[in-house]
This record gives sequence, structure tokens and C-alpha cells, in this order.
Amino acid sequence: MVPLTYMMSLSSAIFAIGVAGMLLRRNILIMFMSIELMLNAVNLAFIALGTELGSMDGQAIVFFAMTVAAAEAAVGLAIIIASFRNRETVHADDLTMLKW
Amino acid sequence: MSVEFAPLGLILLFPALGVLFNLFLGPRLGRGAVNLAGPGVMFLAFAAAAWGFADLLAMPAGSALTFKLWGWIVAGNFHADLALRMDALSGVMVMVVTGLGAFIHLYSVGYMAHDDDVARFFTYLNLFALSMLVLVLASNLLMMFVGWEGVGLCSYLLIGFWYTNPQFAYNGRKAFVVNRIGDAGFILGILTIVSALARQGVWTLEFTELQQHAAMIGAAAATAAGLLFFLGATGKSAQIPLYVWLPDAMVGPTPVSALIHAATMVTAGVYMVARLNFLYALGPEAMAVIATIGALTAFFAATIAVVQTDIKRVLAYSTISQLGYMFLGVGCGAFAAGIFHLMTHAFFKGLLFLCAGSVIHALGGEQDMTNMGALRKKLPTTYATMLVATLAIVATPGLSGYFSKDLILEASYESGHEWLWLLSVITAGLTAFYMFRLLFLTFHGDSRVEPSRLAHAHESPPIMTIPLIVLAIFSVAGGWTGLPEGLLWGNAFARFLAPVTGMFRPSVDASAAALSGFATAVAGIGFIAAYVCYVRVPGIPAALAGRARNLYRLLLDKYYVDQFYDLIVTRPLFFISTRVFGQAIDTIGIDGTVNGAGLTVESTGELARRAETGNVQHYAFVYLLGVIGIVAYYLFLVIR
Repeated sequence: MVPLTYMMSLSSAIFAIGVAGMLLRRNILIMFMSIELMLNAVNLAFIALGTELGSMDGQAIVFFAMTVAAAEAAVGLAIIIASFRNRETVHADDLTMLKW
Repeated sequence: MSVEFAPLGLILLFPALGVLFNLFLGPRLGRGAVNLAGPGVMFLAFAAAAWGFADLLAMPAGSALTFKLWGWIVAGNFHADLALRMDALSGVMVMVVTGLGAFIHLYSVGYMAHDDDVARFFTYLNLFALSMLVLVLASNLLMMFVGWEGVGLCSYLLIGFWYTNPQFAYNGRKAFVVNRIGDAGFILGILTIVSALARQGVWTLEFTELQQHAAMIGAAAATAAGLLFFLGATGKSAQIPLYVWLPDAMVGPTPVSALIHAATMVTAGVYMVARLNFLYALGPEAMAVIATIGALTAFFAATIAVVQTDIKRVLAYSTISQLGYMFLGVGCGAFAAGIFHLMTHAFFKGLLFLCAGSVIHALGGEQDMTNMGALRKKLPTTYATMLVATLAIVATPGLSGYFSKDLILEASYESGHEWLWLLSVITAGLTAFYMFRLLFLTFHGDSRVEPSRLAHAHESPPIMTIPLIVLAIFSVAGGWTGLPEGLLWGNAFARFLAPVTGMFRPSVDASAAALSGFATAVAGIGFIAAYVCYVRVPGIPAALAGRARNLYRLLLDKYYVDQFYDLIVTRPLFFISTRVFGQAIDTIGIDGTVNGAGLTVESTGELARRAETGNVQHYAFVYLLGVIGIVAYYLFLVIR
């Protein structure tokens, strides 16, 4: 039985990597992947806590999160492709028209 | 005894239909339809009025016809209905308004034949007739006030009828604003009565109920209310100090001057005072004020009329003067005599204006009497009718003006106002002088008309001369309803009105015949003076004007009253409006606040928008800071 501390540490580490990737990388595809990473880090935390507490709620929420993540991945990738077709770039610093 | 009489509603319905027809269909259907509908509805209203009046005559003295249209205001104990009431007093007024109105409408068809806006003209004129009928038929003060305002509005609309001339539009506004001052008095008068009666638990504005409870009003409140109502009357009926709008109102079409500014609307104040006679009976001081103002106005306006050269202006001052006589009459307690003069004056002054209109029409718009003369042959019908009207207004024995003016003069002497009587007798002499001056300058002597105008000068078409002849007949015979006591049927008019207005009770004994003879002699002197000055020796007026230069200028400039009001009222008002309210408060205060608020928001936004980069990662970073902040809050402050 893996102790809860390990699981939570792993989850936190993956989440931190996701946050760092989201904030530091300029390629929006990588940023997108970082978001997925954060989602899965949270999923891991849910499952670990669910097992520890003997509750099915954690696992049920994970299924919801995975469904939403799938939909979000489809929509997000579609936006990135559409944006790339128009602007021919995936660099976040170049995509700053939505201001003022 | 009051009887329910539904056809009273017809008297109002016909002009109302006329208004709607001329307003909405008139411009589309064209001149023919408007010419038919405009006067047509007035003749129908006249027929309805005559029906009601005939019924009223057949009923015992003191009865009235009533008709409730619908309930209007209900507030607690107070209620006011839209109800019509025709008693002897309003019956006489309705007959004058509809009868005279019908013939003046007919005359307008001819007078306005060359005007493109005839539909609008008849819309206003019918609306005026409607408002005036509401005023005289109203059964309570509040509804009377509605009519009172309505006629003021129509007066404004019709004075400025030719609105493309800025001066005409200005004169219209002047009339409106001056009338507003009087109307404020009227409202305050109503409120005074309401509050005086409400204190004793009586909530009403119905004339009949006010009369019943008159004693409860109390002398002080009655005097105050009476003076406030009279302030309203000075505005509407052009008395000192609010008479200044009437001479300027003459820029309206002449039928308007005849109907509104001579015969009907301007007499509304006299009607109102007579209607509220029970109130004035409680306040003798108010009556004395009315009599004094009336006599002074009569004299004052007559002196101005002596030197004016615009034919309509002379008649306007003459109207003010004659209205002064009416107020002198009602102020002396001779309410019936005042109303009697109101009626006869409506006939002959309406006729005088229509004749003047006929002259102006014939000369293509010329109004200056110094450019007239010798029109007797060119305009025979106009001359004949105008002569009749002039004889009537100067109180030639046997004509209508004689009986009515005599009653007023007699009342003023017999009620103890000897000085006012003397002043009015002198005024009678002045009246004869300026009226014959007008007649001689226009129709006699040498022609001073521009040749181009003279070539086109022609007698007016029958549609204009027929009303002249009808009114001439009434100018002669209209006074025979109120003969001196003892002659034939005597003063039937006063006896008819007595249930409403009461009979005049003299306090000083005097021989009516001697008073009348004296007044007639003074008028005769006026006539002779005019004859000498303007027919026999035409050089006298110019010589006199040269000799008494200052007096002449004073009269010609109307005692500088307009300039005086301009200085103490108009200019300060304009200054306050444009400088204080317009520039200081509006431009700087209000505009400054509004613009300042906008500017603040704009500049703040300008600064704040710099924070937006459009870069998703920056937003995500801020978001992260927020998350950290919330988590920290829960970890360190809430959970601990």
C-alpha cells in the first residue's frame, strides 16, 4: 500500500509542473498540454483521497473531470487550429489582439 | 330648478368634431371641405344653443339646464365633475359665443380665401370656440379653468398664426406669458376658496354649492379670493396692469381679433366676475378695486387710442377701454349691466373689427390709417356697417351701446363712485373722438392710398359682407333687450339675469335721464371735435401734435409702459435666464457636472486599460496569484 503522502506529493509535483509549463512556455500547444497535466494531477489527488477515505465520490468526480477534459481538449485544439490557420503562429506573445 | 338637458352636450360636440375634422381630414380634403366644415359646425352649435336657450326662456325664472358629461376628479371628500350648466348668465354668453362665432367663422372663409393654411386656421378657430364654450358652460370653477386655459392657448396659436414672421410669433408668446401671470392669480383664487371652505368641512367648487355656502367663506378670504380672481381677469381681459398683450395681439388675422380679442375671450374676465358675484358681494373692497381699475383702464386706453394710426390698434385700445367699462359696471355691483355691455360690445366691436378687416382685405394688407381715406365710395357696404357700429359704440341714443353704457355710468354714479363716473364720462367723449377719427380718416377726406393698391381696392365678397350686415342689425337692435325702466318692456335683460346676478341696488339717488343726457352731450362734443379736426380743418391735428409735442409722443408711445415693463420685468428676466440660469447654472453647473463625470470615467479608463496586454499568460499569472491568495486565506485565517 503506497502511503497517501507519496500520492499527494506526486500529484502536487505534476500540478506544479503544469502550472510552470502554463506560465512559462510560449507555445500554446505546450500550454494546452500543461493544462491537461494539471487536470490529471487533480484527478490523481481525487483518487488517492477517495481510496484513503473509503469513499466512491473521488472516483465519480474523476470520471466527470475526464469527460469534461475530453470535450475541452476537442474544443481547445479546434480553436488552436483555427487560430493557426488565420495567424500562422502558435506563439502566445503574438496572439494579443484581444485587448482594449 | 335645474333640469337635465342632454342636448347641451351637442353645443360642445359640434365644435369638437370640427376640430378633429379640420385637423386630420382638412389638409387632405382641401379648401372646399374646410370652408364648409369650419363655419358649419358653428352654425350647428348655434342651433343647439338656441334650442337650449329657448327651453330656458320657457322655464320659470331662475331655472337652469344641466348635463353631466362624466365624473372627473374624485379625491376623498372632494369631487369635480365635467358637468355643463346653462342658466340665464351662461345662456346669454353661449348665445353670443356661438351666434357671433358662427358669423365670424363665415366671414373668415372670405378673409382667408388667399391663405394656404386655411385648415389649420379653422382647426384653431373651432378649438377656440370649444374652449370658450367649456369656459361659459362649466358648472364648477375647475372646469371653467380648463376652458380659461384653452382659450389662452388658442389665442396664442392664432396671434402667431403667420408664424414665419418672428415679430408675430413673439407677440403670440408675449400674450401667452402675460396671460400666465393672470392665470396664476386664478389658481390661487381657487385654492383660497377651497381652503377657506374645507376648513369648515365643505369640499366643493360647484358654482351652485359655492353660492349656498358663500357665507361660510368669510369676508377676508372672499376679498383675497376676489382680488386673486380679478388678477386672472386683468390678464385675460386686458386690464391694468396686464393689458399690454392685447394691442400686440392685433397681428393675428382680423377675424381672430374680432372673435377672440374683442367679442368673446377678452370678456371672459367680466363673465367670471359676474359668475362669482356672490363672492364679490362679501368683499366690497375687491369690488371697489375692480371698479377703480376698470374706470382707469377705460380712460387710459382711450387716451392712447386717440393718437394711434394703425386701424386695428385703435380698435384694440378701444376694446381695452370698453372692457374697462364692463369692469366698472360689475365693480359697482351692476353685474347685469356689465354683462349687457359685454353682449352689445361683442356685436359692435366684433363688427368694427370685421369692417376693419374688410378695409384691410380690400387694400391688400394696408393697416395704417394715414394711408387710407375716401374709401366711402369704394366700400359702400363696409362704410355703412362701420358707421352703424361706430354710432353704437359712441352710445348714440337708440343704438345698443347707448343702453348698455348708460346703465354702467348710471350704476357708477348711483353706487357712490362719483369720480369714477366723471372719468368714464370723459372717456365716453374720448371714445366718440377716436372712433369718429378712425371713421373719418378711413372713409372720408382725400384719398392717401397708394395708387397701386387703390386700383385693386374692391368691396368684399358677399360671404364677408353678409356677416357685416347681420352684426350691424344686432348692433342696433341688440340693446333693445335692456331698455330703461318704464319704456315698453323695460330692462328685460337685467330681470332675466337677476336670479343669477341679483339686481343692482343704488345707494345714491340720481336722475337717470340727467346722467344719460350729460354723457350723451360729452360724447357729442367728442364727435364735433373729431369732425372739426379731421373733416373741416384737417390741419388741426398736426398743429396740435406740434404744439403739445411731449404729450403727443407720450400718447403715441403708449405712456412708455411697454418700455417700462421691458426695463423692470423683461430685461431682468432675460438676464437671469441667459446669464444666471443659462450660462452660470446650466453651462457651468449642470453641463460641467455631467461632462466632468464623463471625463473622469474616460480618463480613469484610459489609465486602467494600460494594464491589459492581451497575453493569456499574463492573465493566467494573475489568476494564479488570486488562487494562491484564496488558498492562503483559507489555510491561515479560516481553518486555523
